[in-house]
Amino acid sequence: MSLITVKGLAVGYDGQAIEKDIHFTVNKGDYLCILGENGSGKTTLMKTLLHLQKPIAGEILLQDGLRSDEIGYLPQQTVIQKDFPASVREIVRSGFLGRNGLRPFYSKEENALAEQNMERMGIKELARRSYRELSGGQQQRVLLARALCATQKLLVLDEPVTGLDPKATMEMYELIKQLNQEGVAIIMITHDVNVAVQYSSHVLHVGTPSFFGTRESYLNSDLGKLFLLQRSKKMTADAEEGEAHD
Amino acid sequence: MIDKLITYFQMPLVQRALIVGVLIALCSSLLGVTLVLKRFSFIGDGLSHVAFGAMTIAAVLNLSNDMLLILPITVLSAILLLHTGQNTKIKGDAAIAMISVGALAFGYLIMNLYSTSSNLSGDVCSTLFGSTSILTLTNEEVWLCIGLSVVVVLIFILFYHKIFAVTFDENFAKATGMKVEAYQLLIATVIAVIIVLAMNLVGSLLISALVIFPALSAMRMFGDFKSVTICSAVISVCCAFLGIVISVLEGTPVGSTIVAVDVGAFLVAYAVGMIRGGSRR
Repeated sequence: MSLITVKGLAVGYDGQAIEKDIHFTVNKGDYLCILGENGSGKTTLMKTLLHLQKPIAGEILLQDGLRSDEIGYLPQQTVIQKDFPASVREIVRSGFLGRNGLRPFYSKEENALAEQNMERMGIKELARRSYRELSGGQQQRVLLARALCATQKLLVLDEPVTGLDPKATMEMYELIKQLNQEGVAIIMITHDVNVAVQYSSHVLHVGTPSFFGTRESYLNSDLGKLFLLQRSKKMTADAEEGEAHD
Repeated sequence: MIDKLITYFQMPLVQRALIVGVLIALCSSLLGVTLVLKRFSFIGDGLSHVAFGAMTIAAVLNLSNDMLLILPITVLSAILLLHTGQNTKIKGDAAIAMISVGALAFGYLIMNLYSTSSNLSGDVCSTLFGSTSILTLTNEEVWLCIGLSVVVVLIFILFYHKIFAVTFDENFAKATGMKVEAYQLLIATVIAVIIVLAMNLVGSLLISALVIFPALSAMRMFGDFKSVTICSAVISVCCAFLGIVISVLEGTPVGSTIVAVDVGAFLVAYAVGMIRGGSRR
């Protein structure tokens, strides 16, 4: 049962392709990690998946009754949001608005579902708190709860742990894993290959050469091995540099 | 003093000024929060200059009801500005600066070339800083203002949640199927209407203050959108009322008195926010 099939997709701006010939499929219950160097077009690919910009070539097929507005989305935080006066409940409920049409108020079912999603994300006691006073990890949970109000089928996450401390990062990954086990398909953009090989079921590596397949086959591919090696070298170098600064 | 106030309140022209002033203050504060948060604070300024330009054209053409010309021109510019903000090579703030300064220059030029008035600088000054015209409003103008205010408030209530979502996270709203462009068009139109209304009250140079100050004050004191919106409406209405009363009593210019009261309210709100924020942390 596939939700999304992408065939020969090219993404980019102003008619200029950044990344060409992207192929992949996401099935119900999958956990796809999109890997790639900075500037390889990961975020552009995501925006195209979300219909925020038009594909340059190729097609994105939505199947199994998935509508284009049923793709939940956890964006990177914007500057505007940092000091936005809004309560947690207000933000979570706004996830419903895409399907409300012209109805000006929330229905009883929607309010109940919003409470349920806040409980799922462990932020129920924060419902009346102001978003700008929360920690980074709590803010991400709020945005996840909002995405769950928009859909229960497929979530697209753009670098969900940027700026979080190690503990909050771990909690965030566990939370996403739990959602995936509850049946929500996940597409996550990350530059952390270790996370990808630990949590994902499938890996899409954008860039040249590119790769799409299961996690196991990625680990055994030359590209996967090379990328893992590079990353672990870079991490050791970073760690040493950090120690030198201390 | 109380006696004096009561006598004034019984005068129809003061009553009309108060009704119009309070309504305009209410409308302008509603969308202030959105404009401040979207980093569009200066859009009010830009549009008011456009309205000034349109007003001079209307004056030269000797139109009996200048609203008919000013309103469409301003609405059109608002739509243009919000669109250029996203798509074109000229970025939002530069586009606003361009249109606003251009309109201001052309407005003054037209007035100089064609005006038959003997007191040209007086005319310009009163359009820029608000005239005493709020005290000489005709019944028609009052009704037009009441009608437009009702429409603005209704639109705001009906689309309150949508306006919130579009302000907070445009991309998410778009990805989950909201017609973001349509709502932005709506916001732009409403802003333009408010600005044309507010020109009567405070003049075109001071409109931004009316839009921004109540929103900023409310944001100092509250942390959720609903409270901020309600609080900013209350602050704006109170300041406008107080400002008009002071200006009637003391004979000061209406527009700048209202804005001065708004600035005062902001300082109070800032202090309150500091004290509350300090105790919370």
